[in-house]
Amino acid sequence: MQIFEYNGSALVAMVGKNCFAIASDRRLGVQLQTIATDFQRISKIHDRLFFGLSGLATDAQTLYQRLVFRHKLYQLREERDMKPETFANLVSALLYEKRFGPYFCQPVIAGLGDEDKPFICTMDSIGAKELAKDFVVAGTASESLYGACESMFKEDMEPEELFETVSQALLSSVDRDCLSGWGGHVYVVTPTEVKERILKGRMD
Amino acid sequence: MECVFGLVGNGFAIVAADTSAVHSILVHKSNEDKIMVLDSHKLIAASGESGDRVQFTEYIQKNVALYQFRNGIPLTTAAAANFTRGELATALRKNPYFVNILLAGYDKETGPSLYYIDYIATLHKVDKGAFGYGSYFSLSMMDRHYHSGMTVEEAIDLVDKCIMEIRSRLVVAPPNFVIKIVDKDGAREYAWRESVKDAAVASA
Repeated sequence: MQIFEYNGSALVAMVGKNCFAIASDRRLGVQLQTIATDFQRISKIHDRLFFGLSGLATDAQTLYQRLVFRHKLYQLREERDMKPETFANLVSALLYEKRFGPYFCQPVIAGLGDEDKPFICTMDSIGAKELAKDFVVAGTASESLYGACESMFKEDMEPEELFETVSQALLSSVDRDCLSGWGGHVYVVTPTEVKERILKGRMD
Repeated sequence: MECVFGLVGNGFAIVAADTSAVHSILVHKSNEDKIMVLDSHKLIAASGESGDRVQFTEYIQKNVALYQFRNGIPLTTAAAANFTRGELATALRKNPYFVNILLAGYDKETGPSLYYIDYIATLHKVDKGAFGYGSYFSLSMMDRHYHSGMTVEEAIDLVDKCIMEIRSRLVVAPPNFVIKIVDKDGAREYAWRESVKDAAVASA
């Protein structure tokens, strides 16, 4: 029994022209059994910063609570929102704190930094950051996602085209993974608005 | 094996649990009540390690009561569920409780709700949930017959269908079940479904 494959998950974040998209599947399972088909894997930190947690759901929930707590404290002290780069460092630090008893999660962080420049990154369960210019993936369907994103990605996509690309990449990848799927949840974030959409894919 | 399942209906939530207390091949008793009344409008149906089950649910019950004494108002179902998850999560990496919980409650503002809480502290709000080997049968039965806004009669009919399925298809099927309901009038025992009665205890 692999601990990272206990609940099943799929996460992807992609960069577009002054925008980004972050998407996840919706399945919550316990190994072979599906418990729910409306599980939220992506959370908002503030209007320009989203993050998703793949891996063990209990650790994802604990980490989410700790991160929201730390960001709220930061907001009180600094009187402003955290930049995505700073948040990524915070997540990395929190994960490495538990180096010899880690959280079994892989975060995907996506945000709009200074001058509306999109920022995405992922890290492993002990906080090793991976910055990328195009896309990042995580979860049980990550290998399929790498292939799908690599072939479908184009530079400087507008929000509508980015949404189509991310959705197709996500759905085709989770269809090859039995532990993730049951629809998709896509957030497309531009400097002016956040569009949240639910995808209906193969419901199995 | 221990079977616990529950569902949300129109203005109420129902949970059912088997009532066998088993140690290895021996059935100690078959009228063990595994659904605890947490407070006036909450039920906690627990399955798992017997010592942990009793200890943990009593601990939660007493802390929920303490909150009400200290603050003068009862906890909402969501708050109680999150508190329970917090306790399980804190203990997880020290001294884990092997208890799976279905927490059903009724709040005046939000109506009935059911929370699925795994032994590794995965929390999710659900319309129908189940634990144990019986879940393979009861979840499928509920997937087929459940619809939102069921009446009490329809829900009890579905619960009976699930119990029938468990009795006929599970090799070590527990003989007896207890059904409890929570609605605007409070949490209370609804019925027992017995096929084996314990012999009466001889008086001294």
